[in-house]
Amino acid sequence: MVRSKNVLLYAGLIAGLIVSIFPFYWLAVMATRTTPEIYSFPPKLWFGTHLFDNISRVFESINFFRTLFNTLFVASAITILVLFFDSLAGYTFAKFTFPGKKWLFVLLLATMMAPAQLSLVPSFVIMAKFGWVGSFKALIIPGMANAFGIFWIRQYAEESVPSELLDAGKMDGCGFFRLYWNISLPILRPALSFLGAFTFIGAWNDYLWPLIILNDERKFTLQVALASLNGIYTTDYALVIAGTLLAVIPLIIMFLFVSKQFISDIAAGAIKS
Amino acid sequence: MGEPLRQPLEPRTPYPAATKRKLSSELWKHRKEYLAISPFYLLFAVFGLFPILFSMYLSFQRWDGIGVMTFNGVNNYRFMLTDPEFWKAVGNTLLIWIYSTIPMLFSALVVAFLLNASFVKFRTFFRIGYFLPNVTSLVAVSIVFSTVFSNNYGLLNYIFTLFGLDPVEWLNHTWGIQLAVSFMVIWRWVGYNAVIYLAGLQSIPTVLYEAAKIDGASGIQSFFRITLPNLRPIILFTVITSTIGGMQIFTEPQVLVGNDGGVNGGGLTIVLYLYREAFINNYFGYGSAVGWGMFVLIALFSLFNWKMVQGKGTM
Repeated sequence: MVRSKNVLLYAGLIAGLIVSIFPFYWLAVMATRTTPEIYSFPPKLWFGTHLFDNISRVFESINFFRTLFNTLFVASAITILVLFFDSLAGYTFAKFTFPGKKWLFVLLLATMMAPAQLSLVPSFVIMAKFGWVGSFKALIIPGMANAFGIFWIRQYAEESVPSELLDAGKMDGCGFFRLYWNISLPILRPALSFLGAFTFIGAWNDYLWPLIILNDERKFTLQVALASLNGIYTTDYALVIAGTLLAVIPLIIMFLFVSKQFISDIAAGAIKS
Repeated sequence: MGEPLRQPLEPRTPYPAATKRKLSSELWKHRKEYLAISPFYLLFAVFGLFPILFSMYLSFQRWDGIGVMTFNGVNNYRFMLTDPEFWKAVGNTLLIWIYSTIPMLFSALVVAFLLNASFVKFRTFFRIGYFLPNVTSLVAVSIVFSTVFSNNYGLLNYIFTLFGLDPVEWLNHTWGIQLAVSFMVIWRWVGYNAVIYLAGLQSIPTVLYEAAKIDGASGIQSFFRITLPNLRPIILFTVITSTIGGMQIFTEPQVLVGNDGGVNGGGLTIVLYLYREAFINNYFGYGSAVGWGMFVLIALFSLFNWKMVQGKGTM
Protein backbone atom coordinates (compact mmCIF):
# COMPACT_ATOMS: atom_id res chain seq x y z
CA MET A 1 0.00 0.00 0.00
CA VAL A 2 2.62 2.48 1.11
CA ARG A 3 4.95 1.35 -1.65
CA SER A 4 2.45 1.89 -4.43
CA LYS A 5 1.83 5.34 -3.00
CA ASN A 6 5.56 6.03 -3.26
CA VAL A 7 5.65 4.85 -6.85
CA LEU A 8 2.73 7.13 -7.68
CA LEU A 9 4.46 10.07 -6.06
CA TYR A 10 7.70 9.54 -7.95
CA ALA A 11 5.73 9.05 -11.16
CA GLY A 12 4.08 12.42 -10.61
CA LEU A 13 7.37 14.13 -9.86
CA ILE A 14 9.08 12.62 -12.89
CA ALA A 15 6.16 13.50 -15.18
CA GLY A 16 6.42 17.10 -14.02
CA LEU A 17 10.17 17.04 -14.51
CA ILE A 18 9.76 15.76 -18.06
CA VAL A 19 7.42 18.66 -18.87
CA SER A 20 10.02 21.05 -17.44
CA ILE A 21 12.96 19.59 -19.31
CA PHE A 22 11.32 18.50 -22.54
CA PRO A 23 11.40 21.89 -24.33
CA PHE A 24 15.19 21.96 -23.91
CA TYR A 25 15.45 18.52 -25.45
CA TRP A 26 13.06 19.55 -28.20
CA LEU A 27 15.18 22.63 -28.87
CA ALA A 28 18.31 20.51 -29.12
CA VAL A 29 16.61 18.04 -31.47
CA MET A 30 15.33 20.75 -33.79
CA ALA A 31 18.73 22.41 -33.89
CA THR A 32 20.09 19.25 -35.54
CA ARG A 33 17.46 19.22 -38.27
CA THR A 34 16.94 21.03 -41.55
CA THR A 35 14.05 23.46 -41.94
CA PRO A 36 11.97 21.03 -44.05
CA GLU A 37 12.52 18.39 -41.40
CA ILE A 38 11.35 20.78 -38.68
CA TYR A 39 8.21 21.43 -40.70
CA SER A 40 7.62 17.77 -41.48
CA PHE A 41 4.73 15.90 -40.03
CA PRO A 42 4.91 13.80 -37.89
CA PRO A 43 7.70 15.77 -36.20
CA LYS A 44 11.12 14.23 -35.82
CA LEU A 45 11.63 13.46 -32.16
CA TRP A 46 15.22 12.27 -32.35
CA PHE A 47 18.46 14.07 -33.23
CA GLY A 48 19.39 14.67 -36.87
CA THR A 49 22.72 15.40 -38.50
CA HIS A 50 22.63 19.09 -39.40
CA LEU A 51 23.75 20.70 -36.16
CA PHE A 52 27.09 22.01 -37.45
CA ASP A 53 25.59 23.13 -40.71
CA ASN A 54 22.92 25.13 -38.83
CA ILE A 55 25.42 26.59 -36.41
CA SER A 56 27.73 27.69 -39.18
CA ARG A 57 24.82 29.49 -40.82
CA VAL A 58 24.12 31.23 -37.51
CA PHE A 59 27.72 32.42 -37.50
CA GLU A 60 27.31 33.69 -41.06
CA SER A 61 24.13 35.65 -40.43
CA ILE A 62 24.90 37.26 -37.10
CA ASN A 63 28.22 37.97 -35.49
CA PHE A 64 27.44 35.50 -32.75
CA PHE A 65 30.62 35.90 -30.74
CA ARG A 66 30.37 39.64 -30.81
CA THR A 67 26.75 39.40 -29.61
CA LEU A 68 27.80 36.96 -26.92
CA PHE A 69 30.60 39.28 -25.87
CA ASN A 70 28.21 42.27 -25.79
CA THR A 71 25.81 40.36 -23.56
CA LEU A 72 28.61 39.17 -21.28
CA PHE A 73 30.02 42.67 -21.07
CA VAL A 74 26.71 44.36 -20.26
CA ALA A 75 25.58 41.70 -17.79
CA SER A 76 28.96 41.59 -16.03
CA ALA A 77 29.24 45.35 -15.81
CA ILE A 78 25.76 45.64 -14.32
CA THR A 79 26.47 42.79 -11.90
CA ILE A 80 29.79 44.15 -10.66
CA LEU A 81 28.44 47.66 -10.20
CA VAL A 82 25.29 46.43 -8.47
CA LEU A 83 27.33 44.22 -6.14
CA PHE A 84 29.64 47.06 -5.19
CA PHE A 85 27.11 49.85 -4.73
CA ASP A 86 24.37 47.70 -3.22
CA SER A 87 26.63 45.98 -0.73
CA LEU A 88 28.11 49.31 0.34
CA ALA A 89 24.68 50.89 0.75
CA GLY A 90 23.02 47.81 2.26
CA TYR A 91 25.80 47.38 4.78
CA THR A 92 25.65 51.06 5.70
CA PHE A 93 21.91 50.82 6.29
CA ALA A 94 22.39 47.72 8.42
CA LYS A 95 25.29 48.79 10.60
CA PHE A 96 25.29 52.58 10.98
CA THR A 97 22.90 55.15 12.32
CA PHE A 98 22.59 58.55 10.77
CA PRO A 99 19.90 61.21 10.65
CA GLY A 100 17.12 60.40 8.19
CA LYS A 101 18.10 56.75 7.85
CA LYS A 102 14.63 55.37 8.44
CA TRP A 103 13.03 57.82 6.06
CA LEU A 104 15.58 57.14 3.34
CA PHE A 105 15.04 53.40 3.67
CA VAL A 106 11.27 53.73 3.39
CA LEU A 107 11.79 55.77 0.22
CA LEU A 108 13.99 52.98 -1.12
CA LEU A 109 11.32 50.36 -0.44
CA ALA A 110 8.67 52.56 -2.03
CA THR A 111 10.66 52.70 -5.27
CA MET A 112 10.39 48.94 -5.57
CA MET A 113 6.62 49.30 -6.06
CA ALA A 114 6.63 51.42 -9.22
CA PRO A 115 6.42 49.30 -12.39
CA ALA A 116 9.28 49.81 -14.82
CA GLN A 117 6.93 50.33 -17.76
CA LEU A 118 5.71 53.55 -16.21
CA SER A 119 9.02 55.22 -16.92
CA LEU A 120 9.74 53.43 -20.20
CA VAL A 121 8.95 56.38 -22.46
CA PRO A 122 10.59 59.12 -20.34
CA SER A 123 13.65 56.96 -19.71
CA PHE A 124 14.06 56.62 -23.44
CA VAL A 125 13.67 60.39 -23.84
CA ILE A 126 16.32 60.98 -21.17
CA MET A 127 18.68 58.58 -22.90
CA ALA A 128 18.08 60.42 -26.16
CA LYS A 129 18.86 63.73 -24.45
CA PHE A 130 22.08 62.29 -23.00
CA GLY A 131 22.96 60.93 -26.43
CA TRP A 132 23.06 57.43 -24.97
CA VAL A 133 20.62 55.75 -27.37
CA GLY A 134 22.40 52.87 -29.04
CA SER A 135 25.05 52.81 -26.33
CA PHE A 136 25.72 50.29 -23.58
CA LYS A 137 25.72 53.14 -21.08
CA ALA A 138 21.94 53.27 -21.42
CA LEU A 139 21.74 49.62 -20.40
CA ILE A 140 24.37 49.61 -17.67
CA ILE A 141 24.02 52.86 -15.75
CA PRO A 142 20.28 52.79 -14.94
CA GLY A 143 20.71 49.10 -14.10
CA MET A 144 22.95 50.07 -11.19
CA ALA A 145 20.09 51.55 -9.17
CA ASN A 146 18.80 48.35 -7.67
CA ALA A 147 16.65 48.82 -4.57
CA PHE A 148 16.07 45.10 -4.18
CA GLY A 149 19.81 44.48 -3.89
CA ILE A 150 20.24 47.06 -1.14
CA PHE A 151 17.27 45.60 0.71
CA TRP A 152 18.65 42.09 0.36
CA ILE A 153 22.16 42.98 1.57
CA ARG A 154 20.78 44.96 4.48
CA GLN A 155 18.73 41.96 5.67
CA TYR A 156 21.78 39.75 5.50
CA ALA A 157 24.27 42.20 6.98
CA GLU A 158 22.07 42.95 9.97
CA GLU A 159 22.23 39.34 11.09
CA SER A 160 25.66 38.29 9.98
CA VAL A 161 28.08 41.19 10.39
CA PRO A 162 28.88 41.43 14.12
CA SER A 163 28.99 44.98 15.43
CA GLU A 164 31.74 43.95 17.87
CA LEU A 165 33.96 43.06 14.94
CA LEU A 166 33.38 46.49 13.41
CA ASP A 167 34.16 48.15 16.74
CA ALA A 168 37.35 46.13 17.03
CA GLY A 169 38.29 47.16 13.52
CA LYS A 170 37.64 50.78 14.38
CA MET A 171 39.91 50.48 17.45
CA ASP A 172 42.63 49.15 15.20
CA GLY A 173 42.29 52.26 13.10
CA CYS A 174 40.26 51.02 10.16
CA GLY A 175 38.47 53.78 8.28
CA PHE A 176 34.90 53.52 7.03
CA PHE A 177 35.86 52.05 3.69
CA ARG A 178 38.33 49.53 5.11
CA LEU A 179 35.70 48.31 7.58
CA TYR A 180 33.51 47.67 4.58
CA TRP A 181 36.08 46.24 2.20
CA ASN A 182 38.27 44.15 4.50
CA ILE A 183 35.92 43.12 7.27
CA SER A 184 32.31 43.13 6.05
CA LEU A 185 32.62 42.17 2.41
CA PRO A 186 34.09 38.71 3.10
CA ILE A 187 31.24 38.03 5.55
CA LEU A 188 28.66 39.18 3.00
CA ARG A 189 29.94 36.81 0.35
CA PRO A 190 26.97 34.36 0.39
CA ALA A 191 24.47 37.20 0.03
CA LEU A 192 26.60 38.69 -2.73
CA SER A 193 26.77 35.45 -4.69
CA PHE A 194 22.98 35.22 -4.75
CA LEU A 195 22.55 38.86 -5.68
CA GLY A 196 25.23 38.45 -8.33
CA ALA A 197 23.59 35.41 -9.92
CA PHE A 198 20.15 37.02 -9.73
CA THR A 199 21.35 40.26 -11.32
CA PHE A 200 23.40 38.51 -13.97
CA ILE A 201 20.58 36.22 -15.08
CA GLY A 202 18.17 39.15 -15.17
CA ALA A 203 20.53 41.33 -17.19
CA TRP A 204 21.41 38.48 -19.55
CA ASN A 205 17.74 37.80 -20.31
CA ASP A 206 16.55 41.40 -20.47
CA TYR A 207 14.74 42.09 -23.72
CA LEU A 208 12.35 45.06 -23.77
CA TRP A 209 14.81 47.79 -22.74
CA PRO A 210 17.69 46.64 -24.99
CA LEU A 211 15.16 46.27 -27.82
CA ILE A 212 14.23 49.94 -27.39
CA ILE A 213 17.75 51.25 -26.84
CA LEU A 214 19.91 49.30 -29.27
CA ASN A 215 19.67 50.26 -32.92
CA ASP A 216 22.97 49.02 -34.29
CA GLU A 217 23.45 45.35 -35.02
CA ARG A 218 27.01 45.42 -33.78
CA LYS A 219 25.75 46.38 -30.33
CA PHE A 220 22.93 43.83 -30.14
CA THR A 221 22.71 41.62 -27.09
CA LEU A 222 21.82 37.95 -27.51
CA GLN A 223 18.12 38.42 -26.83
CA VAL A 224 17.72 41.24 -29.33
CA ALA A 225 19.82 39.42 -31.93
CA LEU A 226 17.76 36.28 -31.40
CA ALA A 227 14.49 38.12 -31.86
CA SER A 228 15.83 39.83 -34.98
CA LEU A 229 16.95 36.46 -36.33
CA ASN A 230 13.44 35.17 -35.73
CA GLY A 231 11.98 38.13 -37.59
CA ILE A 232 14.30 38.10 -40.60
CA TYR A 233 14.84 34.40 -41.14
CA THR A 234 11.50 32.91 -40.18
CA THR A 235 11.66 30.83 -43.36
CA ASP A 236 15.00 29.37 -42.26
CA TYR A 237 13.76 27.96 -39.02
CA ALA A 238 16.70 25.62 -38.51
CA LEU A 239 18.95 28.65 -38.35
CA VAL A 240 16.72 30.45 -35.82
CA ILE A 241 16.49 27.37 -33.64
CA ALA A 242 20.23 26.73 -33.73
CA GLY A 243 20.79 30.34 -32.71
CA THR A 244 18.34 29.89 -29.85
CA LEU A 245 20.19 26.80 -28.68
CA LEU A 246 23.50 28.65 -28.76
CA ALA A 247 22.02 31.51 -26.77
CA VAL A 248 20.50 29.25 -24.13
CA ILE A 249 23.49 27.02 -23.42
CA PRO A 250 25.92 29.46 -21.73
CA LEU A 251 23.40 30.66 -19.18
CA ILE A 252 22.22 27.15 -18.34
CA ILE A 253 25.80 26.05 -17.71
CA MET A 254 26.35 29.05 -15.45
CA PHE A 255 23.09 28.36 -13.64
CA LEU A 256 23.95 24.72 -13.00
CA PHE A 257 27.09 25.85 -11.19
CA VAL A 258 25.26 28.15 -8.79
CA SER A 259 21.82 26.51 -8.83
CA LYS A 260 21.78 24.80 -5.43
CA GLN A 261 22.59 27.87 -3.38
CA PHE A 262 20.68 30.16 -5.71
CA ILE A 263 17.43 28.24 -5.35
CA SER A 264 17.62 28.06 -1.56
CA ASP A 265 18.32 31.78 -1.44
CA ILE A 266 15.28 32.57 -3.58
CA ALA A 267 13.14 30.46 -1.26
CA ALA A 268 14.62 32.09 1.84
CA GLY A 269 14.15 35.55 0.37
CA ALA A 270 10.49 34.91 -0.40
CA ILE A 271 9.79 33.62 3.08
CA LYS A 272 11.51 36.54 4.77
CA SER A 273 9.66 39.20 2.83
CA MET B 1 4.82 78.26 36.83
CA GLY B 2 4.53 81.15 39.19
CA GLU B 3 7.17 83.40 37.68
CA PRO B 4 6.48 83.71 33.95
CA LEU B 5 7.61 87.31 33.79
CA ARG B 6 11.19 86.45 34.40
CA GLN B 7 11.42 84.14 31.45
CA PRO B 8 12.06 86.65 28.64
CA LEU B 9 15.04 87.88 30.59
CA GLU B 10 16.79 84.57 30.27
CA PRO B 11 19.08 84.37 27.27
CA ARG B 12 17.11 81.82 25.24
CA THR B 13 18.57 82.31 21.81
CA PRO B 14 21.70 80.16 22.00
CA TYR B 15 19.67 77.01 22.40
CA PRO B 16 18.08 76.66 18.91
CA ALA B 17 21.27 77.77 17.26
CA ALA B 18 23.08 75.05 19.12
CA THR B 19 20.70 72.39 17.84
CA LYS B 20 21.08 73.68 14.34
CA ARG B 21 24.82 73.47 14.61
CA LYS B 22 24.41 70.10 16.19
CA LEU B 23 22.31 68.81 13.26
CA SER B 24 24.67 70.06 10.62
CA SER B 25 27.66 68.71 12.48
CA GLU B 26 25.72 65.48 12.90
CA LEU B 27 25.17 65.37 9.14
CA TRP B 28 28.84 66.18 8.57
CA LYS B 29 29.92 63.54 11.03
CA HIS B 30 28.01 60.94 9.01
CA ARG B 31 29.20 62.15 5.61
CA LYS B 32 30.74 58.76 4.83
CA GLU B 33 27.46 56.95 5.44
CA TYR B 34 25.65 59.38 3.16
CA LEU B 35 28.35 58.99 0.56
CA ALA B 36 27.97 55.20 0.75
CA ILE B 37 24.24 55.26 0.07
CA SER B 38 24.27 58.21 -2.31
CA PRO B 39 24.85 56.35 -5.62
CA PHE B 40 21.46 54.67 -5.39
CA TYR B 41 19.65 57.90 -4.59
CA LEU B 42 21.45 59.84 -7.31
CA LEU B 43 20.74 57.18 -9.92
CA PHE B 44 17.23 56.79 -8.67
CA ALA B 45 16.64 60.53 -8.88
CA VAL B 46 17.83 60.61 -12.50
CA PHE B 47 16.59 57.27 -13.83
CA GLY B 48 13.72 56.46 -11.48
CA LEU B 49 11.99 59.39 -9.88
CA PHE B 50 12.49 61.94 -12.63
CA PRO B 51 11.13 59.63 -15.36
CA ILE B 52 8.04 58.96 -13.24
CA LEU B 53 7.34 62.67 -12.81
CA PHE B 54 8.26 63.31 -16.42
CA SER B 55 5.88 60.58 -17.60
CA MET B 56 3.11 62.31 -15.68
CA TYR B 57 3.94 65.51 -17.56
CA LEU B 58 4.29 63.72 -20.90
CA SER B 59 0.94 62.01 -20.49
CA PHE B 60 -0.72 65.43 -20.91
CA GLN B 61 1.25 66.23 -24.07
CA ARG B 62 1.01 65.32 -27.70
CA TRP B 63 4.50 64.44 -28.88
CA ASP B 64 6.16 62.21 -31.47
CA GLY B 65 9.56 62.32 -29.79
CA ILE B 66 11.12 64.67 -32.34
CA GLY B 67 8.80 67.54 -33.19
CA VAL B 68 7.17 70.13 -30.97
CA MET B 69 5.47 69.06 -27.78
CA THR B 70 1.95 70.45 -27.50
CA PHE B 71 -0.27 70.47 -24.47
CA ASN B 72 -3.08 68.02 -24.97
CA GLY B 73 -4.99 68.21 -21.71
CA VAL B 74 -6.62 64.98 -20.68
CA ASN B 75 -7.11 63.94 -24.31
CA ASN B 76 -4.57 61.12 -24.09
CA TYR B 77 -6.47 59.65 -21.18
CA ARG B 78 -9.80 60.28 -22.86
CA PHE B 79 -8.57 58.53 -25.99
CA MET B 80 -7.18 55.66 -23.99
CA LEU B 81 -10.43 55.06 -22.16
CA THR B 82 -12.42 55.10 -25.41
CA ASP B 83 -9.96 53.12 -27.52
CA PRO B 84 -11.31 49.59 -28.03
CA GLU B 85 -7.75 48.39 -28.62
CA PHE B 86 -6.77 49.50 -25.12
CA TRP B 87 -9.67 47.64 -23.56
CA LYS B 88 -8.91 44.64 -25.69
CA ALA B 89 -5.34 44.75 -24.36
CA VAL B 90 -6.65 45.00 -20.80
CA GLY B 91 -9.02 42.09 -21.41
CA ASN B 92 -6.30 39.98 -23.04
CA THR B 93 -3.91 40.64 -20.18
CA LEU B 94 -6.51 39.68 -17.60
CA LEU B 95 -7.49 36.54 -19.50
CA ILE B 96 -3.86 35.46 -19.89
CA TRP B 97 -3.35 36.17 -16.21
CA ILE B 98 -6.32 33.99 -15.24
CA TYR B 99 -5.41 31.17 -17.66
CA SER B 100 -1.87 31.12 -16.35
CA THR B 101 -1.91 32.03 -12.66
CA ILE B 102 -4.50 29.57 -11.38
CA PRO B 103 -3.05 26.42 -12.99
CA MET B 104 0.47 27.66 -12.31
CA LEU B 105 0.04 28.20 -8.57
CA PHE B 106 -2.03 25.05 -8.22
CA SER B 107 0.58 22.91 -9.99
CA ALA B 108 3.32 24.55 -7.96
CA LEU B 109 1.49 23.64 -4.78
CA VAL B 110 1.12 20.03 -5.93
CA VAL B 111 4.81 19.82 -6.84
CA ALA B 112 5.77 21.30 -3.49
CA PHE B 113 3.61 18.78 -1.60
CA LEU B 114 5.12 15.90 -3.56
CA LEU B 115 8.64 17.15 -2.92
CA ASN B 116 7.87 17.67 0.74
CA ALA B 117 6.98 14.01 1.33
CA SER B 118 9.50 12.85 3.89
CA PHE B 119 10.89 9.94 1.92
CA VAL B 120 11.56 11.76 -1.36
CA LYS B 121 15.14 11.37 -2.49
CA PHE B 122 17.04 13.56 -4.97
CA ARG B 123 15.10 16.59 -3.76
CA THR B 124 17.81 18.99 -4.91
CA PHE B 125 17.93 17.35 -8.31
CA PHE B 126 14.18 17.79 -8.72
CA ARG B 127 14.29 21.38 -7.53
CA ILE B 128 16.99 22.27 -10.06
CA GLY B 129 15.12 20.49 -12.85
CA TYR B 130 11.88 22.28 -12.07
CA PHE B 131 13.63 25.61 -11.71
CA LEU B 132 15.54 25.42 -14.99
CA PRO B 133 12.75 26.91 -17.18
CA ASN B 134 12.82 30.04 -15.04
CA VAL B 135 16.43 30.80 -15.92
CA THR B 136 15.97 30.61 -19.68
CA SER B 137 15.43 33.78 -21.64
CA LEU B 138 11.87 34.58 -22.64
CA VAL B 139 12.88 35.17 -26.23
CA ALA B 140 14.32 31.66 -26.49
CA VAL B 141 11.30 30.16 -24.75
CA SER B 142 8.93 31.97 -27.07
CA ILE B 143 10.77 30.74 -30.14
CA VAL B 144 10.71 27.15 -28.89
CA PHE B 145 7.04 27.31 -28.03
CA SER B 146 6.17 28.81 -31.38
CA THR B 147 7.14 25.43 -32.85
CA VAL B 148 5.10 23.59 -30.25
CA PHE B 149 1.96 25.62 -31.00
CA SER B 150 2.57 26.02 -34.72
CA ASN B 151 -0.69 25.86 -36.70
CA ASN B 152 -0.05 22.90 -38.95
CA TYR B 153 3.14 21.12 -38.04
CA GLY B 154 3.35 21.83 -34.35
CA LEU B 155 4.31 19.30 -31.77
CA LEU B 156 1.07 19.78 -29.88
CA ASN B 157 -1.01 19.07 -32.96
CA TYR B 158 1.03 15.92 -33.53
CA ILE B 159 0.17 14.79 -30.00
CA PHE B 160 -3.47 15.65 -30.70
CA THR B 161 -3.51 13.44 -33.79
CA LEU B 162 -1.92 10.61 -31.81
CA PHE B 163 -5.00 10.69 -29.61
CA GLY B 164 -7.30 10.89 -32.61
CA LEU B 165 -8.12 14.57 -32.11
CA ASP B 166 -8.28 17.13 -34.89
CA PRO B 167 -5.33 19.52 -35.12
CA VAL B 168 -6.05 23.06 -33.94
CA GLU B 169 -4.82 26.22 -35.63
CA TRP B 170 -3.60 27.66 -32.35
CA LEU B 171 -2.17 30.90 -33.67
CA ASN B 172 -5.22 31.68 -35.81
CA HIS B 173 -7.52 32.08 -32.82
CA THR B 174 -7.60 34.66 -30.08
CA TRP B 175 -7.99 32.01 -27.41
CA GLY B 176 -5.32 29.84 -29.04
CA ILE B 177 -2.75 32.63 -28.82
CA GLN B 178 -3.76 33.34 -25.24
CA LEU B 179 -3.50 29.70 -24.25
CA ALA B 180 -0.08 29.44 -25.89
CA VAL B 181 1.16 32.52 -24.01
CA SER B 182 -0.38 31.23 -20.77
CA PHE B 183 1.25 27.87 -21.23
CA MET B 184 4.66 29.54 -21.59
CA VAL B 185 4.05 31.46 -18.38
CA ILE B 186 2.97 28.31 -16.55
CA TRP B 187 5.94 26.33 -17.83
CA ARG B 188 8.35 29.04 -16.78
CA TRP B 189 7.01 29.78 -13.30
CA VAL B 190 5.73 26.51 -11.80
CA GLY B 191 9.18 25.53 -10.59
CA TYR B 192 9.91 28.94 -9.14
CA ASN B 193 6.68 28.99 -7.14
CA ALA B 194 7.07 25.35 -6.14
CA VAL B 195 10.48 26.16 -4.65
CA ILE B 196 8.92 28.94 -2.63
CA TYR B 197 6.01 26.78 -1.45
CA LEU B 198 8.38 23.98 -0.56
CA ALA B 199 10.41 26.31 1.60
CA GLY B 200 7.17 27.45 3.23
CA LEU B 201 6.09 23.88 3.91
CA GLN B 202 9.44 23.04 5.43
CA SER B 203 9.35 26.05 7.71
CA ILE B 204 6.18 24.79 9.41
CA PRO B 205 7.32 23.18 12.68
CA THR B 206 6.69 19.42 12.66
CA VAL B 207 5.72 19.67 16.34
CA LEU B 208 2.41 21.15 15.21
CA TYR B 209 1.57 18.09 13.14
CA GLU B 210 2.65 15.74 15.90
CA ALA B 211 0.47 17.54 18.42
CA ALA B 212 -2.48 17.42 16.02
CA LYS B 213 -1.96 13.70 15.53
CA ILE B 214 -1.98 13.12 19.28
CA ASP B 215 -5.19 15.11 19.50
CA GLY B 216 -6.67 12.78 16.90
CA ALA B 217 -6.77 15.12 13.90
CA SER B 218 -7.11 13.56 10.46
CA GLY B 219 -4.77 14.35 7.63
CA ILE B 220 -7.37 16.60 6.02
CA GLN B 221 -8.00 18.42 9.29
CA SER B 222 -4.33 19.13 9.84
CA PHE B 223 -4.05 20.29 6.22
CA PHE B 224 -6.81 22.87 6.68
CA ARG B 225 -5.94 23.83 10.25
CA ILE B 226 -2.13 23.80 10.13
CA THR B 227 -0.73 23.69 6.61
CA LEU B 228 -3.01 26.18 4.91
CA PRO B 229 -2.96 28.92 7.61
CA ASN B 230 0.82 28.69 7.87
CA LEU B 231 1.23 28.81 4.12
CA ARG B 232 -1.16 31.72 3.61
CA PRO B 233 1.39 34.57 3.74
CA ILE B 234 3.52 32.73 1.19
CA ILE B 235 0.56 32.09 -1.08
CA LEU B 236 -0.24 35.80 -0.80
CA PHE B 237 3.34 36.60 -1.79
CA THR B 238 3.15 34.39 -4.88
CA VAL B 239 -0.28 35.74 -5.87
CA ILE B 240 0.94 39.34 -5.64
CA THR B 241 4.19 38.68 -7.51
CA SER B 242 2.40 36.76 -10.25
CA THR B 243 -0.17 39.51 -10.56
CA ILE B 244 2.52 42.13 -11.01
CA GLY B 245 4.38 39.84 -13.43
CA GLY B 246 1.17 38.90 -15.25
CA MET B 247 0.17 42.51 -15.82
CA GLN B 248 3.57 43.15 -17.43
CA ILE B 249 3.56 40.35 -19.99
CA PHE B 250 5.26 41.47 -23.18
CA THR B 251 7.99 39.23 -24.57
CA GLU B 252 5.99 36.04 -25.04
CA PRO B 253 3.26 37.51 -27.29
CA GLN B 254 5.66 39.91 -29.03
CA VAL B 255 8.01 37.12 -30.13
CA LEU B 256 5.21 34.64 -30.74
CA VAL B 257 2.81 36.74 -32.84
CA GLY B 258 4.48 40.14 -33.40
CA ASN B 259 3.79 43.77 -32.51
CA ASP B 260 0.10 43.63 -33.37
CA GLY B 261 -0.67 40.66 -31.20
CA GLY B 262 -1.42 38.30 -34.07
CA VAL B 263 -4.83 37.27 -35.42
CA ASN B 264 -7.55 39.55 -34.01
CA GLY B 265 -4.91 40.98 -31.68
CA GLY B 266 -5.37 38.06 -29.30
CA GLY B 267 -1.84 38.50 -27.96
CA LEU B 268 -2.02 42.26 -27.62
CA THR B 269 -1.23 42.80 -23.93
CA ILE B 270 -1.09 46.15 -22.16
CA VAL B 271 2.70 46.44 -22.34
CA LEU B 272 2.71 45.34 -25.97
CA TYR B 273 0.08 48.03 -26.65
CA LEU B 274 2.22 50.57 -24.80
CA TYR B 275 5.32 49.51 -26.73
CA ARG B 276 3.51 49.65 -30.06
CA GLU B 277 1.90 53.06 -29.47
CA ALA B 278 5.06 54.67 -28.05
CA PHE B 279 7.94 53.10 -29.92
CA ILE B 280 6.43 51.87 -33.19
CA ASN B 281 3.85 54.62 -33.79
CA ASN B 282 5.85 57.30 -31.91
CA TYR B 283 2.97 58.51 -29.75
CA PHE B 284 5.20 59.31 -26.80
CA GLY B 285 2.66 61.31 -24.85
CA TYR B 286 0.03 58.69 -25.34
CA GLY B 287 2.43 55.90 -24.37
CA SER B 288 3.05 57.68 -21.07
CA ALA B 289 -0.66 57.90 -20.40
CA VAL B 290 -0.98 54.17 -21.06
CA GLY B 291 1.83 53.62 -18.54
CA TRP B 292 -0.21 55.40 -15.91
CA GLY B 293 -3.33 53.50 -16.85
CA MET B 294 -1.35 50.33 -16.34
CA PHE B 295 -0.04 51.52 -13.01
CA VAL B 296 -3.59 52.13 -11.77
CA LEU B 297 -4.67 48.70 -12.99
CA ILE B 298 -1.78 46.96 -11.26
CA ALA B 299 -2.43 48.83 -8.03
CA LEU B 300 -6.16 48.05 -8.08
CA PHE B 301 -5.57 44.48 -9.01
CA SER B 302 -2.94 43.88 -6.35
CA LEU B 303 -5.24 45.42 -3.78
CA PHE B 304 -8.08 43.18 -4.95
CA ASN B 305 -5.89 40.08 -4.70
CA TRP B 306 -4.64 41.09 -1.33
CA LYS B 307 -8.15 41.61 -0.01
CA MET B 308 -9.25 38.31 -1.48
CA VAL B 309 -6.46 36.19 -0.08
CA GLN B 310 -6.57 38.03 3.24
CA GLY B 311 -10.36 37.69 3.35
CA LYS B 312 -10.18 33.91 3.10
CA GLY B 313 -8.04 33.92 6.18
CA THR B 314 -10.57 35.72 8.35
CA MET B 315 -13.39 33.37 7.42
